Amino acid sequence: MNWVGMWTLFYKELMRFLKVTIQTLLTPVITSLLYLVVFSHVLEGHVEVYPNVSYTAFLMPGLIMMTILQNAYANSSSSLIQSKMTGNLVFLLLAPISNIEFFIAFVTAAIVRGLMVGFGLYIASLFVVDLPTYSWLWIVLFALLGSAILGAMGVIAGIWADTYEKISAFQNFIIVPSTFLSGVFYSINSLSEFWQIVSKFNPFFYLIDGFRYGFFGISDVLPFKSLLVATIFLGLLSSGCLWLLSIGYKIRQ
Amino acid sequence: MSTAIAISGVSKRFAEIQALDNISFDICQGEFFGLLGANGAGKSTLINIIAGLVRATTGSVKVLSYDVVKQYRQARQRLGVVPQELVYDPFFNVREVLQLQAGYFACGKANYRWIDELLELLDLTEKAKENLYALSGGMKRRVLIAQALVHKPDIVVLDEPTAGVDVELRKSLWQMTNQLHQQGMTIVLTTHYLEEAEALCDRIAILSHGKLKILDAKHQLLDRYPYRWLCLYFHQKFVVPDALQAKVVTQTEQQLTLKLHKQQDSIGEILEYFHQQGLILQDLQMKEPSLQDVFLELTQEAS
Ligand SMILES: Nc1ncnc2c1ncn2[C@@H]1O[C@H](COP(=O)(O)OP(=O)(O)OP(=O)(O)O)[C@@H](O)[C@H]1O
Ligand SMILES: [Mg+2]
Repeated sequence: MNWVGMWTLFYKELMRFLKVTIQTLLTPVITSLLYLVVFSHVLEGHVEVYPNVSYTAFLMPGLIMMTILQNAYANSSSSLIQSKMTGNLVFLLLAPISNIEFFIAFVTAAIVRGLMVGFGLYIASLFVVDLPTYSWLWIVLFALLGSAILGAMGVIAGIWADTYEKISAFQNFIIVPSTFLSGVFYSINSLSEFWQIVSKFNPFFYLIDGFRYGFFGISDVLPFKSLLVATIFLGLLSSGCLWLLSIGYKIRQ
Repeated sequence: MSTAIAISGVSKRFAEIQALDNISFDICQGEFFGLLGANGAGKSTLINIIAGLVRATTGSVKVLSYDVVKQYRQARQRLGVVPQELVYDPFFNVREVLQLQAGYFACGKANYRWIDELLELLDLTEKAKENLYALSGGMKRRVLIAQALVHKPDIVVLDEPTAGVDVELRKSLWQMTNQLHQQGMTIVLTTHYLEEAEALCDRIAILSHGKLKILDAKHQLLDRYPYRWLCLYFHQKFVVPDALQAKVVTQTEQQLTLKLHKQQDSIGEILEYFHQQGLILQDLQMKEPSLQDVFLELTQEAS
């Protein structure tokens, strides 16, 4: 293993977003707080998803997870597409860094960005909502898995896309709908049977459901099942991504 | 001498375009090697294959006996590449970029002194804290060169390092590459400035439409060109005899340039002819072929 090389790449990825924290950390926290204000204002008191849990409190973990996911994705995908468009990816491709080191560095940086934004939003939300915690272990576990999964998806999208347009298409047609339709704003138990089944094919649903379990100790499916699904999904994505890297898809023609 | 880069049977196809067609040759250790060819000849593609940036369709490349695909770690560690495009990372300043690049090659803090030396060598010390986007094109080019040298490679490959660079910087780059070469580094250079290749390179390969046209020591290449030029200046008007008409390159009232075959044409006979005409020579110049002439002749043959 080229540990120094991998660490350097991770550090570079970290610096890349820490140099523009307003855009990468503050903006997502504020955007999510706006969602919270609007939705809770409209729906508070009208909807009770879980017994004795206010709608605002119910909403919060989903919003945090959604923010984590979107930011983890944004970190690796935007870094890669920028490097490709400006051509400076070449410096990395010239270096004796293996595919797995490349992958780990990008995904770990995405995790750190996801967790930082998520934690920031959590702290901010404490001023607005009374959010219980049932188990930090589950919370952290799902935050890690979620950001790793989206970090890996970002790497795949970054490898595949050759224009900014494709990156945002990937984001707007895959990432955003799957997060929105994964039960951020509702429990899937409130859906019709058909949509419940559809939701269960959405891996993001398990991320949000498991994450929410960490706060309330209640969930739509068993947290262990969510854990299993998320882990398998991460495994599949990682293998797919490593395979793309190994054949040099689009980045080593 | 042992082999620095071994290229064997390398072909590369991009969809319709055959960018490289069965290229094989070796570059020796310690050599200053020139890779020439017109735009689109395949020089960058070959360099990118050596660097592992592009995968050959068939064939293989070894850098100091390490296969660039299978043993990429060892191969890349020994290779420094200056890409043709002026690329840079706008998030970082010059020193950060060099430290990051060194880190990718597993060089830690022990390497920082070398980075300082490189900054000094390339006249970038004052710009060390400047962000890359704020540098001029020539300075960006120098940073690219520093990035290629940051891990102290054994072989440096420079893809048109002097394109768009002013005369002064070009001279200092020549000096620097010469210095590195003297220290034992193997250097591979592509350029469109043939004087540059002529001044620097020991051996030269010429690619044309993806094929290896020529591979020879510079002197042999120059010797191989069969012509040279004779330029005569007269005091009065003159007449060119029929036998010489075919050899005239330029002619004015009092000046005549002839392209002469080194073996077949006798300069003595020509001078004798004008002497018999009673013409008095004011001046006489001989011009030996340059790489440019060789190159033009070869590329014309090809097309
Ligand atoms: N990524 C690519 N996709 C498709 N075709 C390519 C690609 N890279 C190079 N080519 C083609 O391969 C051929 C060789 O290109 P290459 O860049 O190697 O030429 P070159 O000798 O470096 O030219 P120049 O002197 O202009 O830099 C050209 O016809 C070019 O269009
Ligand atoms: Mg080129």
